Amino acid sequence: MSFFNKNWESDIKPILTMKPTNTKDPEYYHKVVDCQYACPAHTPVPEYIRLIAAERFTEAYMVNWESNVFPGVLGRTCDRPCEPACRRVRVEEEPVAICRLKRVAADNKGDVRQYMPQGPFPSNGKKIALIGGGPASLTVARDLAPLGYEIHLFDEQVAGGGMMRSQIPSFRLPEEVLNEEVNFILDLGIHTQFLTYVKSLKEVLEGGYDAVFVGTGAPKGRDLPKLPGRKEGDKNIHIGIEWLAGVAFEHTKSIASKVIVLGGGNTAMDCCRTSRRLGGKEVKVVVRSPFDEMKASPWEKEDALHEDINIIDNHVPLSFEVNDGKLIGMKFQKVKPVYDENGKRQLLPTEEDEVFIEADEVLIAIGQENSFPWIERNIGLEFDQWGMPVVDEVTFQSTNVKVFFGGDAAFGPKNVITAVAQGHQAAVSIHLFCEGLDVHDRPSPYTNLVSQKMGIHEWSYDSGVAIDQRYIVPQAKKSQTLKDRKKEVELGFDIATAYKETQRCLNCDVQTVFTEDRCIECDACMDVCPTSCITFTINAEEPELRQNLLVPAENLTQDLLVSKELKTGRVMVKDEDVCLHCGLCAERCPTSAWDMQKFLYNTTKANQMITPLPLIEK
Amino acid sequence: MSYLKPLFRHPKLPKNKLGYTQKEYEGSLSTLCAGCGHDSISAAIVQACFEMSVEPHKVAKISGIGCSSKTPTYFLGNSHGFNSVHGRMPSVATGASMANKDMVYFGVSGDGDSASIGMGQFVHVIRRNLNMVYIVMNNGCYGLTKGQDSATADQGSRSKAGSVNPFQAIDLASLAIELGATFVAQSFSGDKQQLVPLIKAAMHHKGFAFLNVISPCVTFNNNPGSTKSYDYVREHIEATSTLDFVPEMPEIKTNYEKGKSTRVAMHDGTLIQLNKLATDWNPEDRVSVANALQHARTKNEILTGLLYVNTEWKDLHGTLSTCSTPLNKLKETDLCPGVEALGEINAGYR
Repeated sequence: MSFFNKNWESDIKPILTMKPTNTKDPEYYHKVVDCQYACPAHTPVPEYIRLIAAERFTEAYMVNWESNVFPGVLGRTCDRPCEPACRRVRVEEEPVAICRLKRVAADNKGDVRQYMPQGPFPSNGKKIALIGGGPASLTVARDLAPLGYEIHLFDEQVAGGGMMRSQIPSFRLPEEVLNEEVNFILDLGIHTQFLTYVKSLKEVLEGGYDAVFVGTGAPKGRDLPKLPGRKEGDKNIHIGIEWLAGVAFEHTKSIASKVIVLGGGNTAMDCCRTSRRLGGKEVKVVVRSPFDEMKASPWEKEDALHEDINIIDNHVPLSFEVNDGKLIGMKFQKVKPVYDENGKRQLLPTEEDEVFIEADEVLIAIGQENSFPWIERNIGLEFDQWGMPVVDEVTFQSTNVKVFFGGDAAFGPKNVITAVAQGHQAAVSIHLFCEGLDVHDRPSPYTNLVSQKMGIHEWSYDSGVAIDQRYIVPQAKKSQTLKDRKKEVELGFDIATAYKETQRCLNCDVQTVFTEDRCIECDACMDVCPTSCITFTINAEEPELRQNLLVPAENLTQDLLVSKELKTGRVMVKDEDVCLHCGLCAERCPTSAWDMQKFLYNTTKANQMITPLPLIEK
Repeated sequence: MSYLKPLFRHPKLPKNKLGYTQKEYEGSLSTLCAGCGHDSISAAIVQACFEMSVEPHKVAKISGIGCSSKTPTYFLGNSHGFNSVHGRMPSVATGASMANKDMVYFGVSGDGDSASIGMGQFVHVIRRNLNMVYIVMNNGCYGLTKGQDSATADQGSRSKAGSVNPFQAIDLASLAIELGATFVAQSFSGDKQQLVPLIKAAMHHKGFAFLNVISPCVTFNNNPGSTKSYDYVREHIEATSTLDFVPEMPEIKTNYEKGKSTRVAMHDGTLIQLNKLATDWNPEDRVSVANALQHARTKNEILTGLLYVNTEWKDLHGTLSTCSTPLNKLKETDLCPGVEALGEINAGYR
């Protein structure tokens, strides 16, 4: 009997304990890679950041392209859910500039086409229609074309790209960048029918397609039809996304001097910044909510403020003011936010007088909606009470088995990266469906776990932890960018700065893999761990165990890695929360019970699925 | 390659009374072999000093030569340190303590440094009852010179190369008790639950506090047949008691079983609360302690925990009746009282 058990004789041994962590489940290690886990498309972020550090930009680009299809576009415009998830936020403050590093790969890439699927592809005899030419549809096209599908893409605009073209202004996303990445896909042999507005899904279905994908986005901008003066001032009141599309396709070339933009999201930011470039001198964004709670990304707000745009928060629009048939401004009610005990917000009017703000033109950017006037309601495709199609959340199949949805068209407006992720899944479903297989039988992710050990103190990844703070992306001069709406504002990192930024990445995909059988319980790992993640203790139920660690594991979103029972009756518990992946536990382990192993996780795309062997009749 | 420890720490690291986190008590990254027991002892010292809210500049670490004596680099990086000559740490510690009695002195030594080359110094520092914590990181071998048997290697213990040690071991704890050390404890590097309170109690003991800590050498003495390996020690360890060091606690806790609970009051009003596991043993009775150690030896057991404590004896400063101000703080005016005072003294002899 060991002395540990003796010491604990008087204690009551907990009956319920945590089970050893099943690290064979690919989702366990996947979750440790916070950025990749948070990314809807699960792009292997640390993998491409290391490639950028090694100046292997072409490979870094391909890791991205494989996963998110539009690295150049997303490196500039992504909503970057990866960044708030970044472990660096929990260790210091600022995340790694993941998004802008992606752009470095795109800006400096070499010949990437050589690594892309090379057409023409032998036909598999199946025909697919894609309605809408945005990120979701293009992703489906890219995944299915190499499998031999004949793909027809319909879009009402003159070129592909969808909202990436019509709504994202050129000073954030240059047209050449978008064209290049759209063309990578169209050049796979996609049959495009631009300037074609699809009026009837029924007609499409009758066109002999094996499956139809709907990626028509959320094309309808919200309006304020009931606000007094809306009709009278109509000439000078525009819907934000329509106005942005007008600018993108060069139908709109100027705006009046005084502009009000209603709304607090990213579209509002794009509207106000575009207005500044088209002649707007006094541009004001007026938003109902407090500044801090606006929907726009913080960096977008910063950029708007930098361009002398006034953001007025806590103002609710009352009316459009029209004089002599001409819009002269708007009236607003000042409000203040009041929160109940559940944190739910209410905007209550203050005692103050109504506020009048002068304006020659108003842009309404208060949200956008789906719109399916072209889908007949009698083709076996159900809609819910909010007018949205009934779509399976995993397979993206509608109630008409031949019709699949993805992107904003499926579950309402989100963002490009979500559209891409959904496109991948829809493509998998379409392929399964066309092969006559069960669409619910999803392919497992591709995973790989490889030791990085090279010597006593040497790893094949850079295990040092840089203390540098986040580097700032340089911008072009305001005097230049405000003159030319096509002049890109952000200049991107130069290679030297990009390298420094890459070193901030903690390599969370290099996993701390623990093998119980080898552990001699010398405590070396527990002693050396800089962030006190490792504790050897008696097992207990999760809430209790979390409290019993060297530093209590209070971040419940982060898992505990629990070992099997060790010789002394204790277990090894590692709190994944602030692990730096520095490898010191493995370096100080005398028996290699700890090892640093690189975990690669890739969601399986349609073109990577293993086709089942045909059944041979006996 | 990581010879540097990352600078980030857990953002919710607890703080002690001084507002310091454990980081302020750490040293450089260890260059000892991975898994060395010495590193765990270093970590226990860090933890004890952190929890006691010791001001790092009020601690001096003094060591001799050997793997153990390298460790002061790896803990208490903000404290004073002196890496002295092989086996001569007690002399340096005595000198330092005589000059400045206001510091906590950690003497760190190994089995070679204390039981062989420094045995004479070890014996005499016990005799002097110098106010210090003397830790022997005892791995039973000369780890720095490829693992030859040391004087504390047990008879019959098998080395990694296969040879069996024919000599009797020097039992440092028994020796210390025999010589009249006033605080003697034995522990194991792999048991911080026991080691940390022992170090705390040792720091509060006014006099010579000896800690013999068995610390496996993973490289040369962690093989089957060794009596200082992780596995052997875990199988043969017997604790005298579980213990808590109580920095300040007036009232008696009642959750210890009656008759088994003992409390030892230290000079400064702190307490050691012992929950006895061994029978026929009284930590304040030297004879019972010597017997317990002998019994354990015949049963091949390693007796750990607090073995003996005596708070009656004066430490060196007490014996020499030095002044209350540390000698290094005495000014010229204190040391040279002037012609008048000299006259008075001389007059006293007439």
